[in-house]
Amino acid sequence: MAFIECRGLYHDYNAGMENEYRALDNVSLRVEKGEFVTILGTNGSGKSTLAKHFNALLQPTQGKCLVDGIDTSDEARLWDIRSRVGMVFQNPDNQIIAAIVEDDIGFGPENIGMEPHEIRRRVTAALKAVNMEEFRHFAPHLLSGGQKQRVAIAGALAMNTECLVLDEPTAMLDPAGRREVIDTVCRLNREQGITVVNITHFMEEAALSDRIIVMNKGRIMKEGSPEEIFQDIGGMRQLGLDVPVATELAYRLSRKGLQLDRAIINQEALVEALCRLK
Amino acid sequence: MSIEVRNISYIYMPKSPYERLALDDVTITIPEGKITAIAGHTGSGKSTLIQHLNGLISPSQGCVLVDGVDIAAKGQAARQARRSVGMVFQYPEHQLFEETVEQDIAFGPKNYGLTPEEVKERVRFAMDFVQLDYEEYSQRSPFQLSGGQMRRTAIAGVVALRPKYLVLDEPTAGLDPKGREELMQRILKLHRQEKNTIVLVSHSMDDIAKFADNVVIMNRGRVLMEGTPREVFVREDFIRQAGLDVPQITNIVKALKAGGMDIPSDIYTMDEAVDAIVRAMRGKNRAGGAEKC
Repeated sequence: MAFIECRGLYHDYNAGMENEYRALDNVSLRVEKGEFVTILGTNGSGKSTLAKHFNALLQPTQGKCLVDGIDTSDEARLWDIRSRVGMVFQNPDNQIIAAIVEDDIGFGPENIGMEPHEIRRRVTAALKAVNMEEFRHFAPHLLSGGQKQRVAIAGALAMNTECLVLDEPTAMLDPAGRREVIDTVCRLNREQGITVVNITHFMEEAALSDRIIVMNKGRIMKEGSPEEIFQDIGGMRQLGLDVPVATELAYRLSRKGLQLDRAIINQEALVEALCRLK
Repeated sequence: MSIEVRNISYIYMPKSPYERLALDDVTITIPEGKITAIAGHTGSGKSTLIQHLNGLISPSQGCVLVDGVDIAAKGQAARQARRSVGMVFQYPEHQLFEETVEQDIAFGPKNYGLTPEEVKERVRFAMDFVQLDYEEYSQRSPFQLSGGQMRRTAIAGVVALRPKYLVLDEPTAGLDPKGREELMQRILKLHRQEKNTIVLVSHSMDDIAKFADNVVIMNRGRVLMEGTPREVFVREDFIRQAGLDVPQITNIVKALKAGGMDIPSDIYTMDEAVDAIVRAMRGKNRAGGAEKC
């Protein structure tokens, strides 16, 4: 059974009004448990609208969205869904609410009436999971962007989330912050089996995932491994997207007559391929 | 002529428990007619620095001269100097407020006392620059546009002022690859056409390598380095210490060199890399492929 499943999902904004707008147009997809999936697409392609269905922030206009087998339109199960799927948004300042890091992470568990000692245990474990133990008593506004995003991730982990849905979590960060966040997400996926759905405009991040879903105008255009998706450089550019720097370099070298595999998506693969060339 | 930042320091919330030295004795020159990039980690003082360039905040110490005029002074000349610096903030679409795209873009030029005809001409010019069709978009509400269109509308509002110095704080953050490339190309085109000076705050070392004439690297409120991209990127240790990185292509080239390829390490753009690798591979063929890579 897929952990997240969408069947024939449509979403119309302002339904029935003059400015009605179809943001999702017959989307069907599956995200398996433990998988790391990236969603790519231009601004306005429906990525964020889709992600908001994954923890019932939005409801389908038509079709279904199931999380761990639970229909997201089942209001009685809303909290079951939200505790399974944690969301992290682009702007870290819009999602931190407490004055001290540990209070922020403990906010969710406290809200569902958890025992104080259990909250403490969860907060400690969550801080450890994102390598932020030493910042437990810090004021969040004194943290860097990457640290704030890791606090947001810890907040989801404290609810024992099984899946992280990240909507451009690194868009506002500097290079070091971006690396911190993406390393943390990869590690949680690998070591704790947390299912990850990452929305990003950075192709190098997409290259790290198991599978890429490409969206355009509310529809799924392509699905496949990073190697499959990035082989089609022209197609990606046509959709307003790009490929990793290593892929572009390999492509341009092959046009100069070097015999390179088309499925090069990172630095390691490119170095290896060039070294093998005679 | 240029913008001269002379020994400025800035203290946030002085004499409070939160007092923090955001800028510490910063001196830089922003030469006229060039593209100057400012890079640095979050909290390094970049945004505080650029807010000094048109007097939005005044330095605790030091001064800023625009074309030789101290912008902190009173009077017409100082006001003119401040006005010659146009500022596009981070996420400028959050500052849209008018009912139509046209009114929003017209707000600045109107406030500068231009005639209605001039204002209209400026709006058309600015919308053309950001590639928003006047007929289609001028009467739409800015709040019903896509994220990329809102960003472009907000930038148009500053471009309409035709500032001699145009300062942009991470203008491409959050845009998709096509939007990023298009916006950078438009900025470059405007720069060439208007011969204006661009100050660009950016985290993208790839963009800096591609577009900037000069780079200022900030670290903890101080200027860590200043120079051409080539001069700056060669100090990789400094760059990393500042929480930044060299361009991705440079990392790939270094990995190739580490793997034994005979290739120079000071390569910062895709074009340079393609040429250098092709040359290195040919050289290897001539040598009979004896090396390990």
